[in-house]
Amino acid sequence: MSATKQDVRSRDTLGASALRPDGVAKVTGAFSFSSDMWAENMLWGATLRSPHPYARIISIDTTPALLISGVSAVLTAQDVPGKATYGLISADQPVFASEYVRYMGEPVAIVAADHPETCRRALEAIIVNYEVLTPVVDPELAMLSSTELIHPDGNLIRHQHIVHGDPNAASDITVEGNYTIGMQDQAFLGLEAAMAFPDSGGNGVELHIATQWLHEDRGQIAACLALPEENVRLVLGGVGGAFGAREDISLQVHCCLLALRTGKPIKMQYSREESFFGHVHRHPAKIWMKHHATKDGKIVKIESRMVFDGGAYTSTSPAVLINGITHTQGPYQCDNAIVDGYAVRTNNPPCGAMRGFGVVQACFAHESQMDLLAAACGLSPVDVRLKNAMRTGDKLITGQTVESVAPVERCIRETDAIPMPEPMSQKANVLEFPGGSGRTADRHNIIRGVGWGVSIKNLMYSEGFDDYATARCTLSDGVASLKFATSEVGQGFVTLAPQIARSVLGIDEVVLETSDTQIGSAGSTSASRQTWMSGGAVDGACRLVRERLFEHVGKLHNIDPIRLMVENTDIIDTVGTFRISVSDATQGITISETFEHHHRKTEDLDENGQGNCHVAFAFVAHRAVVDVDVELGLVKVVQIATAQDVGRVLNPLSAIGQLEGGIAQGLGLAVMEEIIMDNGRVKNPSFTDYLLPTALDAPRVVAIMIEEPEPQAPLGAKGIGEPPCISVTPAIVAAIRSATGKALLRVPVRPQDICL
Amino acid sequence: MNDPIGNEMYSLHVNGQDRAVMDAWVGESLLYVLRERLGLPGAKGACEQGECGSCTVLMDGDAVCSCLVMAATAVGSEIVTVEGLVEQNPTMAVTAHAITSQVTDVQQAFITEGGVQCGFCTPGLIVAVHHLLDKNPDPTELEVKESISGNICRCTGYGRIFAAVEAVVQVRKANS
Amino acid sequence: MTVAIPLTISEALDALSSNPDARLIQGGTDMMVEINFNHLKPHNIIALRRIKELRTWTKNTDGSITIGAGVPYQEMETGELKQLVPALAEAARTVGSPQIRAAGTLGGNLGTCSPAGDGLPVLFAVDAVVHLQSNEVSRQLSIHDFMLGVKRNARNANEIITAVTIPVLNGWQGYTKVGVRNAMVISVASACLAVDKPTKSVRIALGAVGPTIIRCRDAESWLTQQFDLSTSTKIELDLAKEFGRRVALESKPIDDHRSTAEYRRHAVSVLAQRLITRAYPS
Repeated sequence: MSATKQDVRSRDTLGASALRPDGVAKVTGAFSFSSDMWAENMLWGATLRSPHPYARIISIDTTPALLISGVSAVLTAQDVPGKATYGLISADQPVFASEYVRYMGEPVAIVAADHPETCRRALEAIIVNYEVLTPVVDPELAMLSSTELIHPDGNLIRHQHIVHGDPNAASDITVEGNYTIGMQDQAFLGLEAAMAFPDSGGNGVELHIATQWLHEDRGQIAACLALPEENVRLVLGGVGGAFGAREDISLQVHCCLLALRTGKPIKMQYSREESFFGHVHRHPAKIWMKHHATKDGKIVKIESRMVFDGGAYTSTSPAVLINGITHTQGPYQCDNAIVDGYAVRTNNPPCGAMRGFGVVQACFAHESQMDLLAAACGLSPVDVRLKNAMRTGDKLITGQTVESVAPVERCIRETDAIPMPEPMSQKANVLEFPGGSGRTADRHNIIRGVGWGVSIKNLMYSEGFDDYATARCTLSDGVASLKFATSEVGQGFVTLAPQIARSVLGIDEVVLETSDTQIGSAGSTSASRQTWMSGGAVDGACRLVRERLFEHVGKLHNIDPIRLMVENTDIIDTVGTFRISVSDATQGITISETFEHHHRKTEDLDENGQGNCHVAFAFVAHRAVVDVDVELGLVKVVQIATAQDVGRVLNPLSAIGQLEGGIAQGLGLAVMEEIIMDNGRVKNPSFTDYLLPTALDAPRVVAIMIEEPEPQAPLGAKGIGEPPCISVTPAIVAAIRSATGKALLRVPVRPQDICL
Repeated sequence: MNDPIGNEMYSLHVNGQDRAVMDAWVGESLLYVLRERLGLPGAKGACEQGECGSCTVLMDGDAVCSCLVMAATAVGSEIVTVEGLVEQNPTMAVTAHAITSQVTDVQQAFITEGGVQCGFCTPGLIVAVHHLLDKNPDPTELEVKESISGNICRCTGYGRIFAAVEAVVQVRKANS
Repeated sequence: MTVAIPLTISEALDALSSNPDARLIQGGTDMMVEINFNHLKPHNIIALRRIKELRTWTKNTDGSITIGAGVPYQEMETGELKQLVPALAEAARTVGSPQIRAAGTLGGNLGTCSPAGDGLPVLFAVDAVVHLQSNEVSRQLSIHDFMLGVKRNARNANEIITAVTIPVLNGWQGYTKVGVRNAMVISVASACLAVDKPTKSVRIALGAVGPTIIRCRDAESWLTQQFDLSTSTKIELDLAKEFGRRVALESKPIDDHRSTAEYRRHAVSVLAQRLITRAYPS
């Protein structure tokens, strides 16, 4: 698409394509990612992991490792001074496996040494005797009462039932399908890395860490270290992408343990292979869904059963499950529903947060169903979606009323109005064909297909969680300084926060203080929540400062502060002629205010799955055009057209980056990205075999942002991070179906699914 | 019997300077030596097998993955990292927007066109794009895509990166 | 523990005879992965990348060409080498990424001998000859005798792979490879087809569908009997399909995490059909 950058405005306030303040550092290599840290006398830490998905640990002998020159410490479960387990929702994951290992790659021991190669040799020297057990890898089997419990907390992590309206509602037409979603990896590029500095007395530690949520990490770390939280200080290390994979603890506790034990700074960083074992993945899921509709295509009732494979430990599975089942209907009206969802423990790798958080799985099913419904009723994919499109005021199957702006119809119509790409040119280069540089296809082997996907995504945390973000604004001598613990993971909050301050305060110069735990929590950089939550906190803090500034100026110039406002970079008297620049008005004074933004309260679901469990919603439509080599089953995504409900565009350049980036990840799930499991073993923990889209796989994206400001949102802007990756996956699969006539009930679609 | 680690000594020519490497282990990659021994962390490691391009540097004029170069075998080669681009391309240096640092035109365009998000792939991409435009000042869209097809970006979906390359090509054309 | 960086083949051979356990490293794109993933802890290394003799190619009086083991793939993608051996250029372009093609070489492909090595099906199709040299003798081995199995070859520990001689054929040739994305992808199945009109021969070699590269000699000779390879310009669809079917019969694919045996068998039949159709399109 053409560049969306607006004319450079005179000031980088809200709505302008302000540039990243960390841009220069990032393009010159000067930006310090957590893996770039270095300290005098530092040691390297490394992790010994289980080669088995399920085994009993008979013995661990660390002495041979300790004898290696250069090795300073070898630690196991018995060296954890505090709580032996951690977890975001349920602390059921051990810092080190002690009695059992429950997934391949589970940490068993850690070492500290003078060189990464010494670490490797030390790990190889540790002798662990395992009694290898038969792993439980099928969630359906794991749920049966006859199956052994692989964890004291049981194999069923959560079950939730939803019944809404009349479960016996009758209809003319039914369509149903069984859908499978593979295990996707977040595959951020900046691998897990941290540096821990022990306090001199050994009673505390400072951890520089790439994470999504400093305060949550701190709580879990402090408990495991048996230290008061104030003795554990976290500083945000440069984060090379996250996408959900940095919400759980990975190397945090280990790194701190080694620092405290050795009294030296410890650097830990995972390799790519280790990273595949070191963080949670997107839940693989199996979804049965049945739509009942009138013969003209109006949904009457939806039935569904969803099973999410949570892997060995809980992580965020209960929340992912709820997101999945409460989005069963998609962005469509539905009065009657019966849904059962299960999150199940197995000996597969733990699964948790990834961009889209449960909704990706549900959306693949409901959008596949909408196309079946369209076919059954003789409607086009667009018409069946328009006929059922949700509006503000409609009810979800949880009984919750959608109070958010809900421009579903607009999303669909505006996407539909985007011109289709040109047919493939006679002169098209082979690199544009499916198969690309492999020169597999000739022009006549290629068939083009078009498909649709539309989605609804909840924003922020659900089910009664008191979700909040904190920010402090300090204004002095015309310069605003902002402090928050918000994790910048690449999304651009460091660009947005100064834009907010400039808009509210009428200053241009904004300094960002270090993100660390020396201020209240900002919550997680996830759930499409930071623009709304931390943005709301920065906005609130700046407004409090502005109020005090008006009081100060009013007092000094004998004007009722209520008459003052900021216009560009001046404070003006709205009913008089007084005008002073903010810079002049703040010379010699310092005003500082802290603000906590809380979103509206939500509720738990009752036993029938009813309750106002979500805060707000965003919507998006995607239309995919693909070229398929039907005989070989290879796919090239040509174009993605999209119209997304964003509330308000605060930074056009950042916004398009979120849309295009999310689309590429959804494309990955559609046609190439999958962690392949074989009886609990990961078969492809590398970038040779876990394939991410390259520049030659990226489709042309044509995007429209629909701006209908969201009244609930502090800045009118909805979160925009997750929606782009949700319905693009079913849209691409639908396009492949239209080119091939195949049912394609699983993602990623593999070549053999198309051509055999 | 393990070999001791750290008995190699050699010198690398990096960004125009001879740099001594002391006490190295023979298996160390150029990426490791640049980052951990020579204080040049601009090249990034993200896959250790040449499948992501984050570690791209120039070696004797070729863009290569420094994770796949055994450092001790790079003796005698001219190595340029992202940190050396401004110095190596003085005519392309511009002053970045609102910041006084010197950056190259490619670096500048990545910032202004939105080609940077988390930034982890960025140094490798910057080196790859410099290399492309040195060899081919007016690449087609497909040539751009193919030339950076070894540089994985997980954040942007590449759209803004293509825009950045296009912007540099246009500016260079206008200036030439 | 040493790293030798010889400047000539004879220096390299001297280094090898004084360190018989030394590992030879050319572009590094295979060996460094082994080291980075902790599968190999090298002791002594002989780096061949600065040996100029290995980085050149020459035309021989008999019309064949000899490509030094250290010529990087990027040099095969374009220019005169592309004119002379188009299938090699097409294969070279599918190797990894531009960065890998700047470092990776045929010598490395031969040294590693992975069935998924992109250059190897071309060498098998054109009956290339591998040059090996030790301090005592030089010898030349047919590629068919050189590659013995998955990552196994006939190189003796005291030998260096110095070059490959490739006959320049008179006829269409091409390479094609299936991967699940449009660039930088390891082969799921690949095929090289080369026609030599004067000898009325067609050769097809398959990659990633067996423990070594597979020459489909039954299918080749069958086609030779059906079809005049020197005078025909167009192959009928049915014939091309049958050729593909027969090629697939000679493949020996397995199920692994990259694909299934069934898909690979299907894919090589399609690739063979398409290649022969490209050779005889109209």
